[in-house]
Amino acid sequence: MEIKQSHAGEVLHEEHAHAHHEHEHEENFWTKYVFSTDHKMISKQFLITAILMAFVAMGMSMMFRLQLAWPDTKFHFLESIIGHWGKDGKLDPGFYLALVTIHGTIMVFFVLTGGLSGTFSNLLIPFQVGARDMASGFLNMLSYWFFFASSMVMIISCFIATGPASGGWTIYPPLSALPQAIPGSGLGMTLWLVSMSLFIVSALLGGINYVATVINLRTDGMSMTRLPLTIWSFLITAILGILSFPVLFAAALLLIFDRSFGTSFYLSDIFIDGAPLAHAGGSPILFQHLFWFLGHPEVYIVLLPALGLASEVISVNSRKPIFGYKAMIGSMLVIAFLSFIVWGHHMFVTGMNPFLGSVFVFTTLLVAIPSAVKVFNYITTLWKGNLQFTPAMLFAIGLVSFFITGGLTGIILGDSALDINVHDTYFVVAHFHIVMGSSAIFGMFAGVYHWFPRMYGRLMNKKLGYLHFWLTITSVYGVFFPMHFLGLAGLPRRYYANTAYEPFHALVNINVMITIFAILGGIAQLIFAFNFFYSIFKGKKSSQNPWKSNTIEWTAPVEHLHGNWPGAIPKVHRWPYDYGKPGAPDDFIPQTVPYSATPESNIPGDDH
Amino acid sequence: MNILLILAVVFGVLVLVRLANVAQLASQLSGESDEAEQDKDNKVNAWLMLGFLWFGLFLLVYMILRYRHYMLPVSASEHGVGLDKLMNVNWVILFVVFFITQIALFGFAFKYRYNKNRRGYFYHDNNKLEVIWTVIPAVVLIALVFAGLKQWNNITQVKHNDAMYVQVYGKQFDWTVRYSGKDNKLGKSSFRMITDNNPLGVDSNDRAAADDIITKELHMPVGIPIDVVINSRDVIHSFFLPHFRVQMNAVPGMNTHFYFKPTITTAKMRVITKNEKFDYVLLCNKICGVAHYNMQMKVVVDEPADFKAWLTKEKLVFEKSAAPAPAPAPQAEKNSGEEKKVVAIK
Repeated sequence: MEIKQSHAGEVLHEEHAHAHHEHEHEENFWTKYVFSTDHKMISKQFLITAILMAFVAMGMSMMFRLQLAWPDTKFHFLESIIGHWGKDGKLDPGFYLALVTIHGTIMVFFVLTGGLSGTFSNLLIPFQVGARDMASGFLNMLSYWFFFASSMVMIISCFIATGPASGGWTIYPPLSALPQAIPGSGLGMTLWLVSMSLFIVSALLGGINYVATVINLRTDGMSMTRLPLTIWSFLITAILGILSFPVLFAAALLLIFDRSFGTSFYLSDIFIDGAPLAHAGGSPILFQHLFWFLGHPEVYIVLLPALGLASEVISVNSRKPIFGYKAMIGSMLVIAFLSFIVWGHHMFVTGMNPFLGSVFVFTTLLVAIPSAVKVFNYITTLWKGNLQFTPAMLFAIGLVSFFITGGLTGIILGDSALDINVHDTYFVVAHFHIVMGSSAIFGMFAGVYHWFPRMYGRLMNKKLGYLHFWLTITSVYGVFFPMHFLGLAGLPRRYYANTAYEPFHALVNINVMITIFAILGGIAQLIFAFNFFYSIFKGKKSSQNPWKSNTIEWTAPVEHLHGNWPGAIPKVHRWPYDYGKPGAPDDFIPQTVPYSATPESNIPGDDH
Repeated sequence: MNILLILAVVFGVLVLVRLANVAQLASQLSGESDEAEQDKDNKVNAWLMLGFLWFGLFLLVYMILRYRHYMLPVSASEHGVGLDKLMNVNWVILFVVFFITQIALFGFAFKYRYNKNRRGYFYHDNNKLEVIWTVIPAVVLIALVFAGLKQWNNITQVKHNDAMYVQVYGKQFDWTVRYSGKDNKLGKSSFRMITDNNPLGVDSNDRAAADDIITKELHMPVGIPIDVVINSRDVIHSFFLPHFRVQMNAVPGMNTHFYFKPTITTAKMRVITKNEKFDYVLLCNKICGVAHYNMQMKVVVDEPADFKAWLTKEKLVFEKSAAPAPAPAPQAEKNSGEEKKVVAIK
């Protein structure tokens, strides 16, 4: 007799499962929509919170893009949005820095970490491994509510008198440690640190749950090598998070001590506001080591789930198996491992020992190898496929394009010698917005369009999806591609105005073009938001398996059930990528179909 | 500029066209089967993929040609020439990969658009291919690593015997330069000795400081190597000389270095850039506070004779009346160890 762990943690026998699901669940509003322990609801909570946060961060980017394109123009509407920071329609230089700081923080952590992993790990892990829910529904609920609290603290920090944190999203001390140095390092920075601490708690609770679920709750037959690549990517991401977020927590904690309790971990030899400070013996470089020890794995925490989603979407819509399944897993593992030993490439010119720099050059450029393997595998998956251009598929292809473009410029930045002149310029801004920001958000869009029917039982409007895609990919390249030229012209990032040095005047043209594309991109996201919220209520009803997909989440009923499947959880008999198999009547064979049922298409050695 | 606006307008029009399409297709929706509709969408998107590819590649080439003259002029330092060469080698390799992969990506997307009479090719593994595209990037990257490290070592591991010592000191929001004077030794300094008259906190009891000269412009003699000792009194700044391919952070509590040799005078660079008003600049390139964007200093490269003439006109660190009686500070705090090392290397 099979024994399964259920969502609630109690043990139940499979034959009783059905009955179990009939008598449970007299849910009220609070337990269903607010303090839900159901992974499906939690994933929606993460997604909608992340979408709202993304619009906040995008709105901020619009404000500073206006400033960069038209530094001499007055935008009087700013005053009505941000009050005295936009007095007479001029953006305050201090608040400009606050905007770029909070834009970065929200996008990296709240949208692309919390939003991406939170949404899709929660939705897909139980569905695709065949579990009734997460290993611990309660911890999962806590994970969301810590995330929510953290988001709220971050938003609240924007409404205080001294403004939010403004030392850049990397919050390097001493700037972030000394309120005398910048107004945002007062209460704003304290709230930033509180918010991030809550965020780390959320990320850890989520991560532990994801790992536990993938390892323990796989259904019968779901061996590790039959897992969809999505699940592999979520698993590796969660492990990265568990290993690296505590280091950020340590860094933040030491910074809190330096700020509030007079310690000197990061501070030494400082003279500010007409007086020397008592701090002695600390090193600002220590913070950078700690920060980037998280910071670099963080890049892959953001990117790997997007790549996982893209793998699945590309394979399904190419109607052929993902090319190099095992190479894909292997390259993700190698990337994850390397991500822990490359952090120094953010610090080549910070005063770190140059020899150490050489070591990091070597490890950094190694990352390009598994990344190249992934790209070639994606392209080979498209080759001789039979491509269905759903909106999700378009976004997945866009992701690969960004991954190539941004990855290539990474080879220049990872080379310490070449980094000297492009470090902290717009070249860097262009690089990471393309390779990490846009790739990851495209992965997220692909995921939303593809699994929206699984979330809401309805389809998003396809035509609006196409429009959204073409406008977005155009504006992403329109915004970030020209930034490479700005960087190569020597323009530093985080400059309130680029007009302080005469030869930079000519670059204003490029900035105007960038801002126009940014506004276009913003409009495109409004189309997405409309489509998303409209389709929740009015979208076309979805069929059971709208994309003709092999993975087992599409075998669960369209209507959501607590416990996902009525009756027994389906057993799995094959890998998830039997698309276009010769001899099979359909061009897909779901994972639940045993080999014994498909003698016509079996191939010798067919035991994926 | 105009062409950019035109492009923006073109995109705007494209948007409207697509919007119109949406309306049109939506109205047809009732009369069309899902499959036929998807067929049409596949076709439209496949052509858009192809269009986007060629339009994008065209724009890329156009931008490179159009923006070429905005780029930094030829490197004004010796090591920078090598860096620029390495950069160009990198660009060639990256562009080859970029073109091949993007054309394959969008090209395959176009070519293999859905056709209901066809099936995807069941092709899921080929170890030979995986090995090929692991090994080729590995070989290329390792070559790039070694080329890069050669330059890096060349820049960072030089013997400093022949260099002129200069200190560049950052604070919110300006830079100060201290020349080491005739003895080519920078006197000791400490942040505890900073006063209005002694902004760098130089120790007046140190003989080496006696001939140190403080200036608000960075002048360098052409052809003579210079070792810049960089530090900061408050937050992290970054000493960034884009025209010289030089950058190093200014970190409170430690001294960082950059060794380089200017090779082109300001006058000559004005000819090269065809800009009579051209000046080199020192920019702050690490976020340092509200006026970060405005923290810069004029940089001049002179003939050695002109440099000497200029330097003798500048003020000594403790010039006669200006020299304050520095508050005696405990010996232990007077120097930051690194500076001793600098002197020791001499």
